Amino acid sequence: MPELDRKAAMQLQCPMPQLDFDIITLGHGSGGVLTHNLLNSGVFDILKNDYLDQHHDGAFLPVRSPVAFTTDSFVITPVFFPGGNIGELAVYGTVNDLAMCGATPRFLSLSFIIEEGLPMTEFWDILVSIKFACQQANVQVVTGDTKVVERGKGDRIFVNTTGIGEIHPKAHIAADNVRAGDKIIVSGQVATHGMAIMSVREGLVFETELESDTCNLYPAVEQLLEAFGADIHFLRDPTRGGVATVLNELAQDCGLGIDLVQNDIPLSEQVEGACEMLGLDPLYVANEGIFIAVVQADVAGQVLDVLRATGTGQNAAIIGAVTVSHPRQVILTSSIGGRRMLNMLTGEQLPRIC
Amino acid sequence: MKHLTEYRDPVLAGQYLAEIKRTVTRPWTIMEICGGQTHSLVKYGLLQMLPPEITMVHGPGCPVCVTPTHLIDRAIYLALECGVILCSFGDMLRVPGSEKSLLQAKAEGADVRILYSPLEAVSLAQKYPDREVVFFAVGFETTAPANALSVIQAHQLGLTNYSIIASHVLVPPAMEALLGDPETVVQAFLAAGHVCTIMGNGEYYPIVEKYQVPIIVTGFEPIDLLQGILMVVRQLEKGEARLENQYARVVREHGNQPAQQAIEEIFEVSDRMWRGLAVIPHSGLEVKAKYVAFDATRKFDVPLTDTKEDETCIAGAIMKGLKKPLDCPNFGTTCHPAHPLGAPMVSSEGSCATYYHFYSALSATAPVEA
Repeated sequence: MPELDRKAAMQLQCPMPQLDFDIITLGHGSGGVLTHNLLNSGVFDILKNDYLDQHHDGAFLPVRSPVAFTTDSFVITPVFFPGGNIGELAVYGTVNDLAMCGATPRFLSLSFIIEEGLPMTEFWDILVSIKFACQQANVQVVTGDTKVVERGKGDRIFVNTTGIGEIHPKAHIAADNVRAGDKIIVSGQVATHGMAIMSVREGLVFETELESDTCNLYPAVEQLLEAFGADIHFLRDPTRGGVATVLNELAQDCGLGIDLVQNDIPLSEQVEGACEMLGLDPLYVANEGIFIAVVQADVAGQVLDVLRATGTGQNAAIIGAVTVSHPRQVILTSSIGGRRMLNMLTGEQLPRIC
Repeated sequence: MKHLTEYRDPVLAGQYLAEIKRTVTRPWTIMEICGGQTHSLVKYGLLQMLPPEITMVHGPGCPVCVTPTHLIDRAIYLALECGVILCSFGDMLRVPGSEKSLLQAKAEGADVRILYSPLEAVSLAQKYPDREVVFFAVGFETTAPANALSVIQAHQLGLTNYSIIASHVLVPPAMEALLGDPETVVQAFLAAGHVCTIMGNGEYYPIVEKYQVPIIVTGFEPIDLLQGILMVVRQLEKGEARLENQYARVVREHGNQPAQQAIEEIFEVSDRMWRGLAVIPHSGLEVKAKYVAFDATRKFDVPLTDTKEDETCIAGAIMKGLKKPLDCPNFGTTCHPAHPLGAPMVSSEGSCATYYHFYSALSATAPVEA
């Protein structure tokens, strides 16, 4: 069954319970009776597992060391967007950060900051998406928190997730491992998520069939680690700031240069068209459903074959290489063969005038 | 992408470059007027691919950059002190006024919104009848028709809560000012294709005639630019000065007449201050007296502030083509996009900001085998 159908089926399986409130109010974050009503109305049930069932201040976890540990906050506007919502984004975002450390995601904390007035139906849809994403990613929500702020003090709902993952025995991921000659691989088409969100922002609405590609990247990462182990030198998901920012950070961290080839960077026609129209550079647009792998040159072709056979990596491509020339700089060979620097962004990327 | 990829074809680019190299025999200095063209030249690495005889200098064609500081201050005052919904194109938001930018004003609580079209601002004025909605109408002739249309539409709808800050600049008077400068080094122009799409070519014949410079109306894609440069070089080498239209797939001889009529209905030509340059006669558009109710600069009582530019900034020399961004000691040190000292660094299409983002002397080194 395709993922979207499975998600729809889950929404049918998890109907919202009958409640005596239809919007979330300040009282639901007070810690008193209303908070208990909210949590017991289905939050605990929908995310149910042995650790969460203890209802303790924290969770007691059986982890084998060493572990990777990461946190991320999600403040996206709009909360519901083509291809997903803030719930699954919050799960996959943290799961993917763990995957990029070479870790098998295991446990999550989940915290909500809710602006009063959020309809319970929307909160429920977000919860169902979280449950679905946790099942997909094989992780459990083991502890959490809910706060409610006054109207105007938030933007509907903010979500924070913190994750723990167990380092894969064959993983050795670090910027220090990157060597001149390594190949740079991107696992899919760039800028899809960011442009899907942009297409529904107030003031920028444009017609498109673009959907966010947010997904669990660990299965693809796991296959790479199993097959190539320490030849996978570095992994990173190019979320905020996009591919250009991540590669600049890497160039700074490893002290080497990076050469990119524009024509090799996978980009859908729709995304390219939307970026042209808005005057945005897709290399700076946020991603969710792709990652960058820096790998030993002699396995790069095989890495690509493995990635392309995974569900999320059909469009994977080698987009460049690491070099000793121009240390700490990313240089892009343009579509017509010219070369230019690909710099860090100054602030937010703003749509241009003409 | 259809209709664009053919203008980014590396084989065709190579052929044009080879033809330019075959044609050029002497040094020539060519100015591209529009910031969008500067952006493409640098973004596609074209500057390093051109033969050394050709020097491209970058014109004042970034309307965001040349918007006078006092207008930005007014927009910020309206947003912060008068409680208006201040709407703007995105790249205007980061441009510093005397004390702050619209982005900073937004962070301080001003209602500042990024829009793509002034007609959306009219919709906002309909949606919020109790609020004043002001659109920061920035741009060359290119954006003037849509801004004019917004006033026409608001007038037809009987809206009294919509107005614009008109900050329109006109290209031909700026070209004349550059050519009239005794220091000028510019021997030919690539004119801004989008501006000519609206206005047509008519305004450029007298300039060609008077100053004996070749002017090629040029597009924005790499192949457009290379073709435009080749056309310029052919004229220069033969000692000719004519107007030619490289961008004929878009630009018609007489331009877009309904668009021109919209401009004429709402605006009249006036002298205009260009940030980093000077006041250029007849180089701006003001809202006509008939539509004064839609002119935010006259509708609201905004105190005028003293504005001054950094004395060490060489923006004027850069926008006249006398200097390049890399010639400036402030470039990348005390002056960068997060802290611009002058006009060409304030917006992404200013020539200094374009160089800052894309240009590196190292870009010219050969890549490792990928």
